[in-house]
Amino acid sequence: MGSLFHWIVFILTALTAIFAAVMVITRRNPIHSALFLVLNFLCIAVLYLLLNSQFIAIIQVMIYAGAIMMLVIFVIMLLSVEEERRTYKVRLSPAKVIGLVVALILFAELVYGIALRVLPGVKGEFTPEKIAQMGDIKAVASLLFTRFLFPFEVASILLLVGIIGAVILSKKER
Amino acid sequence: MLIKYVPVLFLLALSIFFAVFVVFLSHLLGPKRVHPVKAAPYECGMISLGPTHQAIPIKYYIIAMLFLVFDLEVVFLYPWAVVFRELGIFGFVEMMIFIFILLLGFIYVWRKGALEWE
Amino acid sequence: MEIFKIQFSAADLKVIAPELVLTIFALFVLILSVFVRRQSRGPLGYTALVGVVIAFFSLFLGIGKEIKAFNGMVTMDPFCLFFKVMFLIVAFLTILASLGYTKREGIDLGEYYVLVLFATVGMMLMASGVNLLIIFLGLEVMSISIYVLAGIMRDDTRSVEAAFKYFLLGAFASAFLLYGIALTYASTGTLDLAGIGEVLTRQAWISSLPIVIIGLALLIIGFGFKIALVPFHMWTPDVYEGAPTSITAFMATGVKAAGFAAFVRVFFYALPNLQAYWTQIMWILAVATMTVGNIIALSQTNIKRMLAYSSIAHAGYIMVAFVAGNELGKSSILFYLLAYVFMNIGAFTVVILLGKKGEENTQLADYAGVGFKHPLLAASMSIFMLSLAGVPPMAGFMAKFYVFSAAVKARYYWLAVIGVLNSAVAAYYYLRVLIYMYFREPERELAVGAFSPSAVLAVIISVWGVLQIGILPSTFLALAQRSVQFLL
Repeated sequence: MGSLFHWIVFILTALTAIFAAVMVITRRNPIHSALFLVLNFLCIAVLYLLLNSQFIAIIQVMIYAGAIMMLVIFVIMLLSVEEERRTYKVRLSPAKVIGLVVALILFAELVYGIALRVLPGVKGEFTPEKIAQMGDIKAVASLLFTRFLFPFEVASILLLVGIIGAVILSKKER
Repeated sequence: MLIKYVPVLFLLALSIFFAVFVVFLSHLLGPKRVHPVKAAPYECGMISLGPTHQAIPIKYYIIAMLFLVFDLEVVFLYPWAVVFRELGIFGFVEMMIFIFILLLGFIYVWRKGALEWE
Repeated sequence: MEIFKIQFSAADLKVIAPELVLTIFALFVLILSVFVRRQSRGPLGYTALVGVVIAFFSLFLGIGKEIKAFNGMVTMDPFCLFFKVMFLIVAFLTILASLGYTKREGIDLGEYYVLVLFATVGMMLMASGVNLLIIFLGLEVMSISIYVLAGIMRDDTRSVEAAFKYFLLGAFASAFLLYGIALTYASTGTLDLAGIGEVLTRQAWISSLPIVIIGLALLIIGFGFKIALVPFHMWTPDVYEGAPTSITAFMATGVKAAGFAAFVRVFFYALPNLQAYWTQIMWILAVATMTVGNIIALSQTNIKRMLAYSSIAHAGYIMVAFVAGNELGKSSILFYLLAYVFMNIGAFTVVILLGKKGEENTQLADYAGVGFKHPLLAASMSIFMLSLAGVPPMAGFMAKFYVFSAAVKARYYWLAVIGVLNSAVAAYYYLRVLIYMYFREPERELAVGAFSPSAVLAVIISVWGVLQIGILPSTFLALAQRSVQFLL
């Protein structure tokens, strides 16, 4: 069971995600763009769910749709975008044309590559059945704190550097 | 496994339906007497001049940024809590090092006065 | 449960000993910096310096067999040892050059040194990571530290602009790199460099060629940005000019060397089977980078901007060796980077010494008459410029010599010819600095503050390095050759 239901949910979410992504880059009001980005993030969270990754889905909502979007909105409020918005005109510049062409080539190549669908890669030890049996958060944890112990600790350094940077660049020296 | 999420889907559908329905209902039932004064942002007082969008001070940004960083820290705590017993003492030490490094960051932020609202 | 078994031993810590030492010192300086008063912040820089020295000695803990630690995440092989020593030299000289400079410019914050140390940790991880995940994390630790350092002079709009530009474009480049890593993972199923190389030797991989090729292209973009290859170089002049000069030196040498370390490691270790595909791309990049860098440098009147374009051109020369890809090519990449570290940090330190608070004196015209006013400083600057131009017996000459002979050996005659023509063009703008220093009358009195002794020491060490490498190149080349042996 479920495969048709799966399929319907996937198509609906994927289309909504694409729609939201297009809206993000075409809206003139940055706040509207930001809200469509939230929609896009939520759709992606559902796609993660369809891939049996509940943990990543929750993180996607918590971090991306929650914390990062809050930061984005704050930054929009920090800048006075009103003037920009009124004077900005949509023009077709050479850079945009080149960008569009490159994006289309990239897209076509990705579609072609995925359509072939023969990947010789190494098969992982966590099959969907195994994840279903042990729970995906446990699967993530069992790798994160053992095999990926070192990257995990390096991540704390990365976060610390981020903290220092934020404080140094935006805080008045006392 | 995904079938567990069907109630969430139902709830989502229901809440969307309810929100749309209520708005539509009040639109249908409510009396409509249109008047330009009523459409103004403030019914009494001055009509606003110029852009109403004000740039907010940067101190909001730093709070948001710090929130984000410590929020990310919490993300690592979830899976750790789930396998805490299986990992044993080594897992504990591992997480303590991680938290210790961020704790130093927290002390730094605190001493620097970044948490004060000046 | 079996999967929760933690494989870890004390030997793992020995492999990352220098990173560990630097991290501990960085944390120590960070905490000290918020607990001491502003007036007594002087020793913080020296503490960081001590950390770098101890990290250097801790390298000996990990020397020995080629071992991988932390489940094959990082390694300690001669290749990364060479780079780690280079990064420690860069950090040491940068801190020496910064001690007086930061005080002069009012940026003598403890965080400055903390970020320099963390950036060095990131560079080391990029050189020692044998897993794409570690390489990416190292790159991010390094980059974020550098973004902040570039903008640390917050009252100077150019510094803030530099940080902002670098951050935005750098974030894009990181996204490209990450996309490349993701596609490589998608097609090979592993992030381990050796594992990727192994999958690509199998017959079946040809079916996923399109994905692998896009991944490859995105990786080139990501790394190309960090080492400022044309056409991913647009940020370089503005960022190098706006950032504090000591950080510019750090960026031009450390970041570039780290970028090349990861670039070489990924391409020669994991993707040698695709050499036929990437060599052509690299050929074009090398020629474009050399030529554009040198031609635009000709018209620069600001010495920091000129050195920025020159650093682009030098990345192009190193790419010539990358394209050659033979034994001499690979070892000359390392040799070139080491020579470049000394001559470039030396040149930037001289720029630092010739400025004072509020007057950076970075226009070429400011250098008129320096040759007679500060003869020793001018002599050192001449040595650095001649070395950058590739005049014997300086380090830069031998570096170029090895690079071009590698290209000839690999039968890339055109590439070698274009490279030699480029160095001839480049000589013009390097020698112009000498002409200004010795043969031009100063238009105004050059006001220079008291020389910081530590920066003078940095200049002396750099002069020594340039001459030592230039006169006795075989020792260093032998070291470089031993370091790349495993890549063959």
